[in-house]
Amino acid sequence: MEQAPLQTIQRPAVEWELRTALQDAAAKKQAVAILGAGTKRDVGRAGPVMPGISTSALSGITLYEPTELVMSARAGTLLKLIEAELDARGQMLAFEPIDLGPVLGQPAQQGTIGAVFATNLSGARRVAGGAARDHILGVTACTGSAEIIKSGGRVMKNVTGIDVARGLMGSWGTLAVLTETTFKVLPKPQTTATLVLAGLPDEIAIEALCQAMGSPFEVTGAVHLQAGLARRLWHAALNSAGQAITALRIETFESFIGYRAGRLKDVLKAFGDIRVLEHDSSLAFWDELRQLSVLQNSNNLLWRISTAPRLGPQVVNDIRRYMSVDAFYDWSGGLIWVEVPYSADAGASDIRRVMAVHGGHATLVRADPAIRASVEVFQPVEPGVARLTARLKATFDPHGILNPGRMYASH
Amino acid sequence: MSAIALPAPDPQIIARRDQIIRQLGALVGSSAVIGDEDGRRLFETDGLTAYRRMPLAVVLPESTEDVARILRFCREGGIKVIARGAGTSLCGGALPAEDAIVVGVSRMNKVIDIDYASRTARVQTGITNLAISSAVGARGFFYAPDPSSQLACTLAGNLAMNSGGAHCLKYGVTTNNVLGMKMVTMDGEIIEIGGAHMDAPGYDLLGLCVGSEGQFGIVTEATVRILRSAEGARPMMLGFGSSDAAGACVSAIIASGIIPVAIEFMDKPAIEVCEAFAKAGYPLDVEALLIIEVEGSDSEMTTLLERMVEIARPFEPRTLRVSASPEESARIWKGRKAAFGAIGRISEYYCMDGTIPLGQLSLVLRRIGEICATHKLRVANIFHAGDGNLHPLILYNANDPAEGLRAELAGADILKLCVQVGGCLTGEHGVGIEKRDLMHVQFSPEDLALQMQIKTVFDPDWLLNPAKVFPLDALGRPDGVPAGQTDQLAA
Repeated sequence: MEQAPLQTIQRPAVEWELRTALQDAAAKKQAVAILGAGTKRDVGRAGPVMPGISTSALSGITLYEPTELVMSARAGTLLKLIEAELDARGQMLAFEPIDLGPVLGQPAQQGTIGAVFATNLSGARRVAGGAARDHILGVTACTGSAEIIKSGGRVMKNVTGIDVARGLMGSWGTLAVLTETTFKVLPKPQTTATLVLAGLPDEIAIEALCQAMGSPFEVTGAVHLQAGLARRLWHAALNSAGQAITALRIETFESFIGYRAGRLKDVLKAFGDIRVLEHDSSLAFWDELRQLSVLQNSNNLLWRISTAPRLGPQVVNDIRRYMSVDAFYDWSGGLIWVEVPYSADAGASDIRRVMAVHGGHATLVRADPAIRASVEVFQPVEPGVARLTARLKATFDPHGILNPGRMYASH
Repeated sequence: MSAIALPAPDPQIIARRDQIIRQLGALVGSSAVIGDEDGRRLFETDGLTAYRRMPLAVVLPESTEDVARILRFCREGGIKVIARGAGTSLCGGALPAEDAIVVGVSRMNKVIDIDYASRTARVQTGITNLAISSAVGARGFFYAPDPSSQLACTLAGNLAMNSGGAHCLKYGVTTNNVLGMKMVTMDGEIIEIGGAHMDAPGYDLLGLCVGSEGQFGIVTEATVRILRSAEGARPMMLGFGSSDAAGACVSAIIASGIIPVAIEFMDKPAIEVCEAFAKAGYPLDVEALLIIEVEGSDSEMTTLLERMVEIARPFEPRTLRVSASPEESARIWKGRKAAFGAIGRISEYYCMDGTIPLGQLSLVLRRIGEICATHKLRVANIFHAGDGNLHPLILYNANDPAEGLRAELAGADILKLCVQVGGCLTGEHGVGIEKRDLMHVQFSPEDLALQMQIKTVFDPDWLLNPAKVFPLDALGRPDGVPAGQTDQLAA
């Protein structure tokens, strides 16, 4: 997919440069596109060409205390550098951020840590360990009034004042530009194994996943891929059967993994034959899901749907009444990646009608700019929430210069 | 104690009290309104009992719609509102004011729906924290945040304060365990934030509202995550000859890749008082005690505990005891969870709640000892060691106003120290009135101004929970407290 052009791009290397750039923009009421590496620029409503400000030169890990489970990094630090540093000390980001780049036609592993938090990117482990927004401890950011603000800190528990840091998570650069983030890290599990069921219809598969999540054996990933998408897996042991794949991950110390896999098999025995992917094979499977492998190299439109896990299959069935659908369920059914064929409104009105019945929301992740200029990419929120949203935007960004129109048409 | 200034009440509102009570009765039924003095007195304080204020009136609505009617009426009449759960706040978060009505959610305490497949429960927020776990316990589930007051405190209060507990090292605090809520704004508008799904659309209003201490609205219903309980849980007690050794042992455990479900620390004075109260079998010949709990199957727990014993060995533990039975586990936890009550039996105390980076533990404990000695006070330290949340309990004689004041001053010094070493003023109790005037220590004027602007987004006239959280002298505070017009006489 071709990216929208930018007029110019500034890459401030220190906070005051960013502040000056935003002061200039505010004085001129000049809208600016806020980016990290720019791999997700094509998510959001399409708008006019504008100058860009990137945080990519604000780079570097500024604090890492493995025994306190905390790291700070400037916003433009590449996620892959952070994960390499953590890996060297046997730690990780427990929310397992996905890499949206490749499904948007961008190279893999180019994303920045600031963007991970600005877009609240969480992967499969979110179902057990929380989302990106649950791991943020503190931020420094520059608002649309060109003020540098701090919220939170470096300690695990902090309820001092309003939780502005969390309030900035998932705001897609529309409220403030993150300059530094401090977040919780956790030990990397020693071993992993994945239990795989094949050929289950969606309803039964989600029932199996929910049952496993409701067991005491600490499942940390619960996904179901319909047959059409399972065929696209890179994993040679899984892509050839031509069947839907339902997979559950356990991660623990090496000496516990056999016991947990066995007990979980007992829980799931009514759902059919279970294969177990051992450590390396299991890692390969979840690694490719982090890149959304099965949704890459496709020209279909891509929706991201969030609903109550139990309702996932009903949501997909109801959407199928209006269009053909390929679905990848994550979070035991609570997150559904849905590929649909091209249509002028990307199926937005039908999909949002289904969401209104079942609850939850749908975001159009991949579509060409013409579509993204004509439909709401982010699900419109209810009127009372919309009023608060608009007032928050006006508070953080009174001149309306930060990514205006990216999330909502009016601001 | 009388160090914390409170605004002088508005005599015009007080003059309208009888009329306001009649009007509230007409709105939501007179049985929901408490106007008589004896009735109101039950609500005059919270867990910070040194401060008392008689509320103008108390309303205990039974529905979200009634809350909306009350707030709309108060907004139109310019009447301040203080939301209240069970009134267990330790920082004066629910302290009433003479010109404000208290809206208590305690009658809205039902479980609305439990979805075990999706692992969520929809409840009214007047439900107690423990009642949520009780409602799902038969199926092996629980609600994770577990503040010490969980028997009494409400979910509403937990949401307001973003409450934690001993087990949040593994399971997170309130903000990590709530997915959606129904909130009434000061306009009387009922809004739904988030839902039953794992990420909310749009801005993270849940993140902003949880922990906003009743400044933004009144939450009447919430969808919370419920989790399946582990197969088993088992604590171990490790006693050390010094606090330094205990702190170093905690670091070593975390560095090894083991994250226990809880790591609790008590110093000698705390151990002695808790043991006298709970007869938990705590060792009395150690300077610091760690209670470390792990979860899993029998053999998993045994393995983990054995590993931690090995890790602890270089720090020369004097006592090492693994719980041998569920009864013993319950006793060990009873001592810790009853700590505040146990210390309350021997003295009035002032409970601090700063958080520090674990690496600063020995410095901070030493400085706390020095600060309290300077103020001629005794202190007992209880600490959620895994996440750095420190609870120094400063003992004082309630009948000696000068000593009470010294306790507040010592507390302020301790919290400033927490901020200096890279921590914060409050880890789980909240700011309330207690730490309000210390906010300058942690936040720049710009940071505070932004927080106050966000408050204005939700509550434009600043009618909700007045004189809390933000320093009364904060620049640009828009609720019209004229400088100097405060009432120094508390209690």
